[in-house]
Parts: sequence; C-alpha cells; structure tokens
Amino acid sequence: MVNLMTVQQVVSKPMAFDGTPKIIARDVCVSYGDRQVLHNINLDIPQRRVTALIGPSGCGKTTFLRCINRMNDLISICKVTGTIMMDSADVYHADVDVEVLRRRIGMVFQKPNPFPKSIYENVAYGIKLHGLSIDKADLDARVEKSLRRAGLWDEVSDRLDSPGTGLSGGQQQRLCIARAIAIEPDVILMDEPCSALDPIATARIEELIHELKEKFTIIIVTHSMQQAARVSDYTAFFHLGDLVEQGETEILFTNPKDERTESYITGRIG
Amino acid sequence: MSQSHIVKVYDDELKNLDRLIAEMGGQVEHILSDSVQSLVQYDSTLAKAVVADDKKIDALEIDIDAQATRLLALRQPMAADLRTIIASLRISNDLERMGDHAKNISKRVDTLTQVPLLSPMGKSIERMSKLVETMINQVLNAYIERDVPQALSVIQQDEDVDLLYTSLFREILTYMMEDPRNITACTHFLFIAKNIERIGDHATNIAEQVYYVVEAKQYDDGHINLDQSTSVVVPPKQES
Repeated sequence: MVNLMTVQQVVSKPMAFDGTPKIIARDVCVSYGDRQVLHNINLDIPQRRVTALIGPSGCGKTTFLRCINRMNDLISICKVTGTIMMDSADVYHADVDVEVLRRRIGMVFQKPNPFPKSIYENVAYGIKLHGLSIDKADLDARVEKSLRRAGLWDEVSDRLDSPGTGLSGGQQQRLCIARAIAIEPDVILMDEPCSALDPIATARIEELIHELKEKFTIIIVTHSMQQAARVSDYTAFFHLGDLVEQGETEILFTNPKDERTESYITGRIG
Repeated sequence: MSQSHIVKVYDDELKNLDRLIAEMGGQVEHILSDSVQSLVQYDSTLAKAVVADDKKIDALEIDIDAQATRLLALRQPMAADLRTIIASLRISNDLERMGDHAKNISKRVDTLTQVPLLSPMGKSIERMSKLVETMINQVLNAYIERDVPQALSVIQQDEDVDLLYTSLFREILTYMMEDPRNITACTHFLFIAKNIERIGDHATNIAEQVYYVVEAKQYDDGHINLDQSTSVVVPPKQES
C-alpha cells in the first residue's frame, strides 16, 4: 500500500473533480467494548461536495464521522473494522501518520473551541505547527486568506491581537473554521457546527459551507434536517447503527426510498 | 403513511386539511347537481341558492389556503407531508374553479326562461353532468383513500365527457341551423356544456394530484383530449 499521507503528495494532489469519490468506506463496523454501534457501513463521499450525515441521536453518525480522521483511536475501548480509503489510500494502514492524516482532514466541533490565544494565533498556530509558511509575511498572508475564506476578516481585521474567546459564538465558530482551513486540508468534518448558534450565525455558517465546497470536501453531521436539506449535495441517513439510505439530498428529502427515512424526515420517529 | 407524527397536533392539522378538502369537494358535487337541476326545471329559486352556495366554496378555499400556509411555515414539512400540503393548495384551487363553473350555469337560468323551450337539450346536459358528478365523487374518494387506480379511472372517464361534449356541440349547431330563433338559447347551452366539460377537466387535475401525493412524481401519460368541438364546421351551402 502506498502511503499518500505525506505533505509532498498533499501539495501535488490533483485539483480537478474527476467524479471519483474522495473517501470510500467499506464494511465499516465500530464497537465500544461489546456493544456494536455501527454495522457494515458502505458509503462513498464525493469530492468537493457537501455530504450530510443525519439520523436520530445514538444512530452512529458522529461515530462514523470520527472514524474518518481516526478520532476514535483516542477511545481505548473503541474498535474499528472494515476499510476507509481516502484517495485510494487506507486511512487505517499501519504506516499512516495520524498527525498528517488529521492535517488533511480538518474538524469543526459542535461547540466553538478557540484556543485561549489571540485571533491571529488561533489561525497561525496550525500553519506554524505544520511548517507551512516560509516567513512572517507568508504567515500573515495565510492568516488573512483563511479569515477571509471563513468570512470573518472584515469583522476582526482591526483586532487580530484580541483573544479569540472574546468573539461572539458565531464568530468563534467561524474562527474555528478559519483555523481548520488554514492548514489547507482536503476534507473538513463538521460535527453539528451550528447547534450552539443563533439563526443568523447559523445562516452565515451555511453560506460559508456553500462557498467552501469549491475547495474542500465537506462532511457535516447535523440534527437539523432543514439544514441538511439546505447545505448538502448528498445525504446519508443512519438509524440504529445502520446506514439506511444515501443519495442526492434533493431526492432523499422529497422522495425517500426507505420507509424509515420517510418516517424520520417527516418527524415520525426520533 | 400509517405511523403517527411525534408531534400529535401535526397529525391533527394534516387530517383537518383532508377534511376541509372533502367538505369543499362535497359542496362542489352538490352545487353542480343543483345548478343542472335549476336549469332542467327552469327553477330560478334554486338557481339563486346555487349562487349563494358558491360563496361557501370560496370561503373554504380561503380556509384551506390559510391552513396550508400555516403548516408550511410552522412544520417545515418534508416528503409525503409536503406533497399533501402542496396538493391541498392545488386541489382547493381546482374545486373553487369548479364551483364558479357551476355557478355560471345557474346564472343563465333566468335568461333561458325568457326564450323558446329546448327540452331535449336539458336531457343531454343532465346526462353529461351526471357523468361529471360521478367523477367528482370518485376523485374525492381517491384523494381521501390515496387510491391511485381510482384516480386514474377518473382520468379515463374524462374522455367520455369530452366525447359527449363534442356530440352536444354538434347537436346545438343543428338546432341553430333549424331555426334562428333558437340561437339565443343555444348559445347559452353551448356555454353551459363547456362549463360542465371544464369541471370534468378540473376533476382530472385533482386525480393527477392524488397520483403526485402517492407516487412522488407529476402525472404524465399523454392524456388525449377527445374534445373535437374545436374542429366542427357547418359546411357552407353549395350554389346550384
């Protein structure tokens, strides 16, 4: 198996969308101790599109999301079987450097979690850690670009030295997105990124997701079906650890094939 | 779908929407029957009652519109629920038009009492109206039961109505040719026949909505319109 998880290859990755999936999950099973929480998940994540994972609480959608960048490695009793391939390379291969993997697959969490540092440092931190910038001017440019992409630059450009934690909830979340995209990942995982935000901040994030998909492959876990319907191109519906149905969002929300999907999206099971 | 919503009141609201459609449909069926009776019996009191009843139908349309809008705003309906609400808006619109057509029939009754009697026309109109009343009844049942085969059968029946309309059109032309004094009455009968034919068309629109709600796609079968009255001509007299 070729190890593609090196910085060299990240930089030289093909940019054009060729129709092949970015991530391919095959027979993914996850157990916490004796309890199996995901059963044989087979899912293709298309490149530079937004894929939403939906389903009632405890259905396994977040667990699946955390498998993709191996966040579940941190839980000792968690056992993952099956394969997850990104750009034809096995994410769980023994040679994979998890740090590099997580550089390629960024993550945004439910609650905004900026570092207790300045706004500038929040974004610059990852860039410096991964040695992506050549000099201070380059670092400044990268910070600005990331903040602009996250739609935050105009609001914070005059106070880059103030603490990131002093921003509003919505701004903090966009700061976390800026931090995630600063290290130029391929994929961004979002775990209910708007659940702690008000409707206006939510709308801003949704607009941002729409813009970001030009550059990044986005996978979003959301409890809001309306949000999934609005922001995603593809949707996968999980229920009791099974992947029940997947497909184009428009079709899944208007004409689902499985009765469980229909029941869930119309508010009949939860 | 047999399962109930987690929010029970949402179920009640959707059921109420169906109930209003059924009520409005019943009124339309009733108003069409009354309007044709007022015509064949030259009963201007009944004709006036029809005009008044049409107002109730208009009020029901406004009610359905308000309920459907409220559901869209408050429940963010998805899939089958969304289609039900969209269909209820379209169906109430069709039913309102059907009521208007029936009312137009009754509005002509007073005028027709003042011109020479054309009794055979009344019978033909009545026959066509009975066919359309059956269609309305069936399409409403099909909607309430979400019964696609029954809805498709209504679409089929509209072909009979179209054929009957074409033959009625020819019949009316012959009366006019027989005696120019018939022209006033015949012109009114032409409009009446057209009104009934249009009501049949609206019934098929409703049948298509039943198909849409159940099958999640728009109905398209290349339904052939058998109304050939558009090409009926009276040949000019040959000079000898």
